Amino acid sequence: MMPDYELMLDAYSKAGGVPAVFKDSDVAHLVVHRNKVIGSHLIPGLVLTPKETETGVNIDFRVEKGVKIERPVHLCFGIIPKEGIQEINIKASVQDGAGVKLLAHCVFPNAVKVIHKMQADITIGDNAYYEYNEVHFHGDTGGVEVIPRARVKVGRHSRLVTNFSLVHGRVGTFDLDYDTEVLDDSVLEMTARVYGYGDDLIKIREAGRLIGANSRGLIKSRVAVKDNAQSEIINELTATAPHARGHVDCIEVIQGRARAQAIPIVNVTHELAKVTHEAAIGSVDKKQVETLMARGVEEEKAIDIVVSGLLK
Amino acid sequence: MELVRLEDISLNLEGRQILRGLGLSVKAGTIHSVLGSNAAGKSTLAYVLMGCAGYRPQSGRIRLEGDDITELPISKRSQRGITLAWQEPARFEGLTVKDYISVGMKEKDEGLIKESLHEVLLEPTEYMNRVVDKTLSGGERKRIELAAVFAMKPKLAILDEPDSGIDILALDNIVNLIKRLKKQGTSVVLITHREEVSEIADITSLMCSGCIVKEGKPKEVGKYFKEKCLPCPTKIYPSFMDGKIKVPAK
Repeated sequence: MMPDYELMLDAYSKAGGVPAVFKDSDVAHLVVHRNKVIGSHLIPGLVLTPKETETGVNIDFRVEKGVKIERPVHLCFGIIPKEGIQEINIKASVQDGAGVKLLAHCVFPNAVKVIHKMQADITIGDNAYYEYNEVHFHGDTGGVEVIPRARVKVGRHSRLVTNFSLVHGRVGTFDLDYDTEVLDDSVLEMTARVYGYGDDLIKIREAGRLIGANSRGLIKSRVAVKDNAQSEIINELTATAPHARGHVDCIEVIQGRARAQAIPIVNVTHELAKVTHEAAIGSVDKKQVETLMARGVEEEKAIDIVVSGLLK
Repeated sequence: MELVRLEDISLNLEGRQILRGLGLSVKAGTIHSVLGSNAAGKSTLAYVLMGCAGYRPQSGRIRLEGDDITELPISKRSQRGITLAWQEPARFEGLTVKDYISVGMKEKDEGLIKESLHEVLLEPTEYMNRVVDKTLSGGERKRIELAAVFAMKPKLAILDEPDSGIDILALDNIVNLIKRLKKQGTSVVLITHREEVSEIADITSLMCSGCIVKEGKPKEVGKYFKEKCLPCPTKIYPSFMDGKIKVPAK
């Protein structure tokens, strides 16, 4: 039988990760199986301290002032058995003038009764950059409950980018809640892409508060649901400072008996601020499908191409 | 040799008769333009020929190389060699220009993708990895659509107003591309409302109120169109549409 580390890397690879990065001494990484740290590597300027708990791991993550981590930091979380719980609590700080990009893969290939919770408290200093990409790889049973939570404070002249993707395997139950606060001249970009089918339940709330002058915010959701899957997307953008600008962009595609709901919430409390939103829910665009069919592609495959593109 | 034949095609959409016993024969290896004013039914003819959903004729038959394809869906017609370049091409989030063009190619050939982009004056290094979404202008999207048709090497390309939304400098390029399509063995049904564009064809059919009312040499038909159809009498006298006034005779 393969040891946990090998099984995790195998699932990580299936999720689109490149296992070779875990052998690269220039790349920081952390691999957590259930509540066990089974691999880690640090590089100068980065503090990454995991502490195992009964149900997961508490992680202190810090990028020291002025340090720009050149290569992405790789994180891999997961549970290989059919059942289990994993609670990840992250306290992250990207100090003034620092910059880092994280690639997190969360793998639950055999989940029948698995709970994965993540709570992140993130502080980004001034003139700093933080990009967090999270890719999930689930099995086909839908027996996984994913509950990510994040509270992020972005300083001045800084940039926060988050990309969440759950398009491989059954979603199961998914309940994401990200809340961000953005100071002067800073930029926020949050994107979530999820593909649900079977009886998957998807709930996404992404909120941005543009409280700094000249701050910018974009919240983008791309969700496709089919069969009996259901989705509810709440995109909330508030602008309370002069020249703050924001945009909310939500597209949901439904097929079969699936149900989708989009709730854009736009609040502006300063006369020099502006937030716009667009939301579209519907079946796959007929013209897109017919265009591909006119190139010789069968209808079902054409729908797949359109949906895959949307979730890319 | 006849490639496509439309026989007595009638189509009623939401209670409006759009095509009225239309007949058209397209010869292999030719550019056949279909000229007409707005609302003559030209785009509808394109959709009927391609087999788009909702455009199945109530009567009449469509034949490709003698075989009846009236009941075939779009993809099957396409697999038999017909394709359509839409007047306003769709946009695709997440699909690159390279992927989009290669969708219709029998064998994925990067060299041909680059060549097809060159044909529409788009620099491959700049465009191959761009996404076919709203970041492209209408004109760029249109050229990419034509590049995709070129790369596909179909037997028959239906080009619905390929000249619309294209600036005057690019028009020559589009005209050359249509000629190149013919050279590579693709027959073209060129739908347009501009007689100067129609003139590149080998034969022109004039369409009015859902029928082909005249057919002949492009210059002659273009002249007739200019003299008799501009401004369009069906707009001045709406009863044209009811058949109370006879459409211009051949």
